[in-house]
Amino acid sequence: MTMKPATGVTVRGERAPWLTLKMREAIEAWLFISPTLAGFLIFFAGPLVAVVWYSLSEWNLLSQQATFVGLANYNDALFRNPDFWLVVRNSIVFAVGLVPLNMALALALALALSRRFRGVVFFRTVFFAPVVTSAVAWAIVWKFLLQGEAGFVNQLLAAIGIQGPNWLREPDWAMVAVIVTRVIKMVGLNMILYIAALQAIPRDYEAAARLEGASNWQIFRMIIWPLLGPTTLVIMVITTIGSFKVFDHIYLMTGGGPENGTLVLAFYIYQQGFQFFDVGYASALAMIMFVIVMGLTVVQLALRRRDT
Amino acid sequence: MTGSLTQRQLRLVKQVCWTLSLCIVAVPFVFPFLWMISSGLKGPSEIFGRPSLIPTAFRWSNYLEVFSYQPFAAQYFNSLYIAVTVTVLTLFISSLAGYALARLRFAGAALVALFLVSALMVPEEVTIIPNFFLIRWLGLSDTHWPLILLPVFGPQGIVGTFLMRQYFLALPKELEEAGKMDGLSRFGVWWRIALPMSRPALAAVAIITFLNSWNLFLEPLIFISSLEKFTLPLALSNFTDPYGSPLWHLQLAATTLAVVPILIVYLIAQRQIIESFALSGVKG
Repeated sequence: MTMKPATGVTVRGERAPWLTLKMREAIEAWLFISPTLAGFLIFFAGPLVAVVWYSLSEWNLLSQQATFVGLANYNDALFRNPDFWLVVRNSIVFAVGLVPLNMALALALALALSRRFRGVVFFRTVFFAPVVTSAVAWAIVWKFLLQGEAGFVNQLLAAIGIQGPNWLREPDWAMVAVIVTRVIKMVGLNMILYIAALQAIPRDYEAAARLEGASNWQIFRMIIWPLLGPTTLVIMVITTIGSFKVFDHIYLMTGGGPENGTLVLAFYIYQQGFQFFDVGYASALAMIMFVIVMGLTVVQLALRRRDT
Repeated sequence: MTGSLTQRQLRLVKQVCWTLSLCIVAVPFVFPFLWMISSGLKGPSEIFGRPSLIPTAFRWSNYLEVFSYQPFAAQYFNSLYIAVTVTVLTLFISSLAGYALARLRFAGAALVALFLVSALMVPEEVTIIPNFFLIRWLGLSDTHWPLILLPVFGPQGIVGTFLMRQYFLALPKELEEAGKMDGLSRFGVWWRIALPMSRPALAAVAIITFLNSWNLFLEPLIFISSLEKFTLPLALSNFTDPYGSPLWHLQLAATTLAVVPILIVYLIAQRQIIESFALSGVKG
């Protein structure tokens, strides 16, 4: 096709003469972005508005449709339903158990694996493998390993003379079990984030400190740990938010039991909404979760701004 | 002379101790996989007997039973085709949007980016209830549509959008401008020039999207009720006797079938896969 002089005449009707280049670019941009934006409005923004409305409504199996009840569902959660505070307690215990354990292990593994030695790739691959494995598969296998007397873990403990608890049938041990198995599943992700941060620290710093006679601990405490600060903050917030979202792991390992000992927020929402069909109450719970996660995010942003 | 030898030996001993302790830490990361494979080859009576990594008799029939107990082949295929569909759609849509955000100037760009980022901060549990009614209203309950639509247009797709945007921003503009000179449309520039240069980012998005879809659990649990429409995670949780107790030998054989192919791909492409997660993790 030969080039036509720029008279503004369209060749295939695609170059409308009355459009400035700038307008053209804007239209193209909106076209490019429209599938994502439409999906965002339909499956995120719309539902977010809807869940606020649901949370102010009575809507359950008895009342087949939504009727406005104001803050009654929030009132139920905060002041009337004792389960709610149990769930909050469990979620906090879960987070407080999981986050430090996950981060400490991730940092230790990263420190061990951030430099080159024979087998380093092997170990990184191993510690990351559970991350790519489905949570369902991971939960099934660990549930199997943690069965009462006949489970492998307890047989192993018995072999060295310890009588293990019935892990998933006793509330406190069940909490320990879901936390530890979740940490093993996810720690690889934080490990690689820490490895990336460690490798970004110039080697000269350490070499110079060593020349001055600094010990390993001093180097870690005075140089590495402060430089890891921003990464630690990001990891802490991601991991904490992740711990509030944990669902499939709990669903498959304990089903929220025993005696609601592992009933955490995400699972409670599912239970109220999809098992008991109390849509209004479940939506109020969802809003509470929304506020918690938003709060954590804002705290992170504030801390990051203070740091930089 | 002997002094330097012991020095060397000392270093060797140190190295061995180091590797050994790492091996011990690695046990809870590796052993579950081995025990899963091994137990999936045991009979129901042996499975809780004296622990042994090698089954006394390899019960390959478990693997046949997995397929007769429920339509496992169909369920496997469902997971596969849904994950591929989600991946292809996500790549297309998020790289388009990412390109617009990186390269095109338009009023409201910053606002759009801010909106999209905000969606990343909200857990899907918050919007799942209204989405459930939306899908039901659309008549798409117990179909695979929600398992495709929600991930493509959900947080996963937005992570993809920003990964692509980041990558496009780092690309040199000159080639794209040359393409425009040669008469390519905007779409042509994106498709023929920008995308082929972005293979690493596309691969990263593809990897995390595929795995995310393959492992999806909450959505299938809520939306799918017919056995033959189940996806793998749902199917795996469904190997139970009539009283709801797990049929461990079948469940573990099926889990092996679901996990091992992913692990093999992971072992082959571990560097690329780990890097993809590092990229998307930093973003979140």
